[in-house]
Amino acid sequence: MLEYLLSFLILTGAVFTFIGSLGLARLRDFYTRLHGPTKATTLGVGSLLVASAVYFSTRGGGISLHEVLVTLFLFITAPVSAHLLAKAALHLRERSLVELPPDDAAAADAPAGDGAVR
Amino acid sequence: MNRRLLPHPLLTLALALIWLLLVNSLAFGHVVLGLLLGWAIPLFTRRFWPDTVTIRNPATLARFIAVVMYDIVVANVSVARRILGRPERLRPAFVVVPLALRSELAISLLANTISLTPGTVSSRLSPDRRSLLVHALDVDDRDALIASIQQRYEAPLKEVFEC
Repeated sequence: MLEYLLSFLILTGAVFTFIGSLGLARLRDFYTRLHGPTKATTLGVGSLLVASAVYFSTRGGGISLHEVLVTLFLFITAPVSAHLLAKAALHLRERSLVELPPDDAAAADAPAGDGAVR
Repeated sequence: MNRRLLPHPLLTLALALIWLLLVNSLAFGHVVLGLLLGWAIPLFTRRFWPDTVTIRNPATLARFIAVVMYDIVVANVSVARRILGRPERLRPAFVVVPLALRSELAISLLANTISLTPGTVSSRLSPDRRSLLVHALDVDDRDALIASIQQRYEAPLKEVFEC
Protein backbone atom coordinates (compact mmCIF):
# COMPACT_ATOMS: atom_id res chain seq x y z
CA MET A 1 0.00 0.00 0.00
CA LEU A 2 2.74 2.38 1.08
CA GLU A 3 4.72 1.51 -2.00
CA TYR A 4 1.87 2.59 -4.26
CA LEU A 5 1.61 5.91 -2.46
CA LEU A 6 5.36 6.50 -2.74
CA SER A 7 5.44 5.51 -6.40
CA PHE A 8 2.55 7.85 -7.09
CA LEU A 9 4.30 10.75 -5.35
CA ILE A 10 7.62 10.12 -7.09
CA LEU A 11 6.00 9.79 -10.51
CA THR A 12 3.94 12.95 -9.98
CA GLY A 13 7.08 14.80 -8.93
CA ALA A 14 9.04 13.52 -11.91
CA VAL A 15 6.26 14.37 -14.37
CA PHE A 16 5.86 17.93 -13.13
CA THR A 17 9.59 18.53 -13.01
CA PHE A 18 9.84 17.21 -16.55
CA ILE A 19 7.01 19.42 -17.80
CA GLY A 20 8.65 22.38 -16.10
CA SER A 21 11.88 21.71 -18.00
CA LEU A 22 9.95 21.04 -21.20
CA GLY A 23 8.53 24.53 -20.84
CA LEU A 24 12.06 25.90 -21.26
CA ALA A 25 12.21 24.34 -24.71
CA ARG A 26 8.65 24.95 -25.83
CA LEU A 27 7.91 28.46 -24.66
CA ARG A 28 9.07 31.22 -26.86
CA ASP A 29 10.45 34.16 -24.96
CA PHE A 30 12.52 34.72 -21.86
CA TYR A 31 9.64 35.86 -19.67
CA THR A 32 7.34 32.94 -20.40
CA ARG A 33 10.26 30.50 -20.00
CA LEU A 34 10.73 31.76 -16.47
CA HIS A 35 7.43 30.13 -15.56
CA GLY A 36 8.76 26.61 -16.18
CA PRO A 37 11.44 26.46 -13.47
CA THR A 38 9.33 28.24 -10.83
CA LYS A 39 6.68 25.59 -11.32
CA ALA A 40 9.01 22.60 -11.22
CA THR A 41 10.28 23.64 -7.81
CA THR A 42 6.84 23.84 -6.25
CA LEU A 43 4.69 20.83 -7.04
CA GLY A 44 7.40 18.69 -8.66
CA VAL A 45 10.06 18.96 -6.00
CA GLY A 46 7.32 19.23 -3.37
CA SER A 47 5.94 15.76 -4.04
CA LEU A 48 9.42 14.23 -4.33
CA LEU A 49 10.21 15.65 -0.90
CA VAL A 50 6.97 14.35 0.62
CA ALA A 51 7.83 10.92 -0.80
CA SER A 52 11.32 11.14 0.72
CA ALA A 53 9.98 12.20 4.12
CA VAL A 54 7.43 9.37 4.19
CA TYR A 55 9.96 6.77 3.03
CA PHE A 56 12.70 7.60 5.52
CA SER A 57 10.21 8.04 8.37
CA THR A 58 8.76 4.57 7.85
CA ARG A 59 12.09 2.83 7.17
CA GLY A 60 13.28 3.16 10.76
CA GLY A 61 15.67 5.68 12.26
CA GLY A 62 12.85 7.89 13.51
CA ILE A 63 10.95 10.63 11.76
CA SER A 64 12.83 12.35 8.97
CA LEU A 65 12.17 16.06 8.75
CA HIS A 66 15.13 17.28 6.71
CA GLU A 67 12.73 17.56 3.82
CA VAL A 68 10.79 20.30 5.57
CA LEU A 69 13.95 22.38 5.54
CA VAL A 70 14.65 21.68 1.89
CA THR A 71 11.11 22.79 1.06
CA LEU A 72 11.46 25.90 3.20
CA PHE A 73 14.74 26.98 1.62
CA LEU A 74 13.51 26.21 -1.90
CA PHE A 75 10.33 28.20 -1.38
CA ILE A 76 12.32 31.13 -0.06
CA THR A 77 15.03 31.17 -2.71
CA ALA A 78 13.28 30.13 -5.95
CA PRO A 79 10.97 33.17 -6.19
CA VAL A 80 13.80 35.54 -5.35
CA SER A 81 16.01 34.23 -8.14
CA ALA A 82 13.06 34.30 -10.58
CA HIS A 83 12.33 37.88 -9.57
CA LEU A 84 15.94 38.94 -10.11
CA LEU A 85 16.13 37.18 -13.49
CA ALA A 86 12.95 38.91 -14.62
CA LYS A 87 14.13 42.25 -13.33
CA ALA A 88 17.48 41.92 -15.09
CA ALA A 89 15.76 40.91 -18.33
CA LEU A 90 13.45 43.91 -18.12
CA HIS A 91 16.39 46.18 -17.50
CA LEU A 92 18.19 44.82 -20.57
CA ARG A 93 14.99 45.14 -22.59
CA GLU A 94 15.07 41.44 -23.42
CA ARG A 95 12.89 40.53 -26.42
CA SER A 96 9.32 39.71 -25.42
CA LEU A 97 6.19 38.38 -27.09
CA VAL A 98 4.20 41.25 -25.69
CA GLU A 99 4.99 44.89 -25.37
CA LEU A 100 7.43 45.63 -22.55
CA PRO A 101 6.38 48.02 -19.83
CA PRO A 102 8.31 51.30 -19.63
CA ASP A 103 11.60 50.98 -17.77
CA ASP A 104 10.75 53.13 -14.77
CA ALA A 105 13.64 51.76 -12.74
CA ALA A 106 16.15 53.17 -15.21
CA ALA A 107 14.24 56.43 -15.33
CA ALA A 108 14.38 56.70 -11.56
CA ASP A 109 18.09 55.85 -11.43
CA ALA A 110 19.08 58.42 -14.01
CA PRO A 111 19.70 61.89 -12.64
CA ALA A 112 17.01 64.36 -13.70
CA GLY A 113 17.72 66.25 -16.89
CA ASP A 114 20.23 64.02 -18.68
CA GLY A 115 18.19 60.96 -19.50
CA ALA A 116 19.46 61.01 -23.09
CA VAL A 117 22.98 59.80 -22.24
CA ARG A 118 22.40 56.14 -23.02
CA MET B 1 15.75 45.77 28.41
CA ASN B 2 13.67 43.06 26.86
CA ARG B 3 13.95 44.71 23.43
CA ARG B 4 17.72 44.94 23.65
CA LEU B 5 18.36 41.43 24.85
CA LEU B 6 15.79 39.70 22.69
CA PRO B 7 15.06 41.96 19.71
CA HIS B 8 13.26 39.40 17.58
CA PRO B 9 11.55 36.63 19.56
CA LEU B 10 9.90 35.14 16.47
CA LEU B 11 13.19 34.96 14.60
CA THR B 12 14.79 33.32 17.64
CA LEU B 13 12.09 30.66 17.67
CA ALA B 14 12.33 30.09 13.92
CA LEU B 15 16.13 29.77 14.03
CA ALA B 16 15.95 27.30 16.92
CA LEU B 17 13.41 25.25 14.98
CA ILE B 18 15.58 25.31 11.84
CA TRP B 19 18.56 24.13 13.91
CA LEU B 20 16.56 21.22 15.31
CA LEU B 21 15.49 20.26 11.79
CA LEU B 22 19.07 20.51 10.54
CA VAL B 23 20.40 18.13 13.17
CA ASN B 24 17.20 16.06 12.92
CA SER B 25 17.11 15.46 16.66
CA LEU B 26 15.18 16.59 19.70
CA ALA B 27 17.92 15.91 22.27
CA PHE B 28 17.97 18.38 25.15
CA GLY B 29 21.46 19.58 24.25
CA HIS B 30 20.38 20.47 20.75
CA VAL B 31 17.32 22.35 21.99
CA VAL B 32 19.58 24.47 24.19
CA LEU B 33 22.13 24.97 21.43
CA GLY B 34 19.37 25.92 18.95
CA LEU B 35 17.91 28.47 21.34
CA LEU B 36 21.38 29.86 21.97
CA LEU B 37 22.00 30.26 18.24
CA GLY B 38 18.52 31.72 17.81
CA TRP B 39 19.32 34.24 20.49
CA ALA B 40 22.81 35.18 19.26
CA ILE B 41 22.22 35.40 15.50
CA PRO B 42 19.57 38.18 15.66
CA LEU B 43 21.88 40.16 17.93
CA PHE B 44 24.71 40.00 15.40
CA THR B 45 22.49 40.68 12.40
CA ARG B 46 20.46 43.43 14.04
CA ARG B 47 21.06 45.96 11.26
CA PHE B 48 19.48 43.59 8.80
CA TRP B 49 16.17 43.59 10.69
CA PRO B 50 15.24 47.20 11.36
CA ASP B 51 11.58 46.47 12.16
CA THR B 52 10.20 44.00 14.62
CA VAL B 53 7.95 41.43 13.02
CA THR B 54 4.62 40.95 14.72
CA ILE B 55 2.01 38.48 13.61
CA ARG B 56 -1.31 40.04 14.47
CA ASN B 57 -3.58 37.28 13.35
CA PRO B 58 -2.19 33.72 13.39
CA ALA B 59 -5.48 32.18 12.23
CA THR B 60 -5.49 34.35 9.10
CA LEU B 61 -1.86 33.42 8.48
CA ALA B 62 -2.69 29.70 8.70
CA ARG B 63 -5.62 30.15 6.33
CA PHE B 64 -3.40 32.15 3.95
CA ILE B 65 -0.81 29.34 3.86
CA ALA B 66 -3.53 26.77 3.16
CA VAL B 67 -4.94 28.91 0.33
CA VAL B 68 -1.45 29.29 -1.19
CA MET B 69 -0.80 25.54 -1.01
CA TYR B 70 -4.10 24.82 -2.69
CA ASP B 71 -3.45 27.44 -5.39
CA ILE B 72 0.01 26.02 -6.06
CA VAL B 73 -1.43 22.58 -6.79
CA VAL B 74 -4.31 23.83 -8.94
CA ALA B 75 -2.19 26.33 -10.86
CA ASN B 76 0.56 23.75 -11.45
CA VAL B 77 -1.85 21.51 -13.27
CA SER B 78 -3.25 24.34 -15.36
CA VAL B 79 0.19 25.64 -16.32
CA ALA B 80 1.35 22.11 -17.16
CA ARG B 81 -1.59 21.81 -19.51
CA ARG B 82 -0.70 25.11 -21.14
CA ILE B 83 2.91 24.05 -21.70
CA LEU B 84 1.82 20.75 -23.23
CA GLY B 85 -0.80 22.52 -25.34
CA ARG B 86 0.00 24.94 -28.12
CA PRO B 87 2.48 27.58 -26.94
CA GLU B 88 1.44 29.86 -29.82
CA ARG B 89 -1.96 30.24 -28.24
CA LEU B 90 -0.69 31.60 -24.93
CA ARG B 91 -1.50 35.19 -24.17
CA PRO B 92 1.32 36.38 -21.91
CA ALA B 93 1.07 39.85 -20.45
CA PHE B 94 2.69 42.27 -18.05
CA VAL B 95 0.21 43.35 -15.41
CA VAL B 96 0.72 46.17 -12.93
CA VAL B 97 -0.71 45.33 -9.51
CA PRO B 98 -1.19 48.38 -7.27
CA LEU B 99 -0.02 47.65 -3.73
CA ALA B 100 -1.89 48.50 -0.54
CA LEU B 101 0.84 46.92 1.60
CA ARG B 102 3.50 49.16 3.11
CA SER B 103 5.70 46.94 5.25
CA GLU B 104 8.75 45.57 3.47
CA LEU B 105 8.30 42.08 4.83
CA ALA B 106 4.68 41.93 3.66
CA ILE B 107 5.60 43.17 0.19
CA SER B 108 8.37 40.61 -0.20
CA LEU B 109 6.08 37.85 1.03
CA LEU B 110 3.45 38.92 -1.50
CA ALA B 111 6.01 39.00 -4.31
CA ASN B 112 7.29 35.55 -3.33
CA THR B 113 3.77 34.16 -3.16
CA ILE B 114 2.97 35.51 -6.62
CA SER B 115 6.09 33.87 -8.05
CA LEU B 116 5.43 30.58 -6.25
CA THR B 117 1.91 30.21 -7.60
CA PRO B 118 2.62 29.10 -11.14
CA GLY B 119 1.49 31.22 -14.05
CA THR B 120 2.64 34.47 -12.51
CA VAL B 121 6.13 35.78 -11.77
CA SER B 122 6.63 39.04 -9.95
CA SER B 123 9.15 40.92 -12.05
CA ARG B 124 9.68 44.37 -10.66
CA LEU B 125 8.72 46.51 -7.74
CA SER B 126 8.24 50.12 -8.69
CA PRO B 127 10.84 52.43 -7.08
CA ASP B 128 8.20 54.08 -4.91
CA ARG B 129 6.91 50.64 -3.78
CA ARG B 130 3.38 51.42 -4.80
CA SER B 131 2.98 48.82 -7.52
CA LEU B 132 4.33 45.45 -8.50
CA LEU B 133 4.91 44.42 -12.09
CA VAL B 134 3.77 40.85 -12.65
CA HIS B 135 4.36 38.73 -15.72
CA ALA B 136 1.55 36.28 -16.34
CA LEU B 137 1.80 33.30 -18.65
CA ASP B 138 -1.74 33.30 -19.97
CA VAL B 139 -4.18 36.09 -19.21
CA ASP B 140 -7.86 36.23 -20.06
CA ASP B 141 -8.81 39.23 -18.06
CA ARG B 142 -6.21 41.53 -16.49
CA ASP B 143 -8.63 43.06 -14.00
CA ALA B 144 -9.73 39.63 -12.78
CA LEU B 145 -6.09 38.63 -12.25
CA ILE B 146 -5.33 41.81 -10.32
CA ALA B 147 -8.48 41.41 -8.22
CA SER B 148 -7.67 37.79 -7.38
CA ILE B 149 -4.12 38.67 -6.31
CA GLN B 150 -5.45 41.46 -4.13
CA GLN B 151 -8.21 39.41 -2.54
CA ARG B 152 -6.50 36.06 -2.14
CA TYR B 153 -2.99 37.14 -1.14
CA GLU B 154 -2.71 40.81 -0.38
CA ALA B 155 -5.71 41.24 1.92
CA PRO B 156 -4.72 38.43 4.34
CA LEU B 157 -1.08 39.59 4.40
CA LYS B 158 -2.23 43.09 5.24
CA GLU B 159 -4.37 41.72 8.02
CA VAL B 160 -1.51 39.68 9.47
CA PHE B 161 1.41 42.11 9.24
CA GLU B 162 -0.18 45.56 9.26
CA CYS B 163 -3.02 47.00 11.22
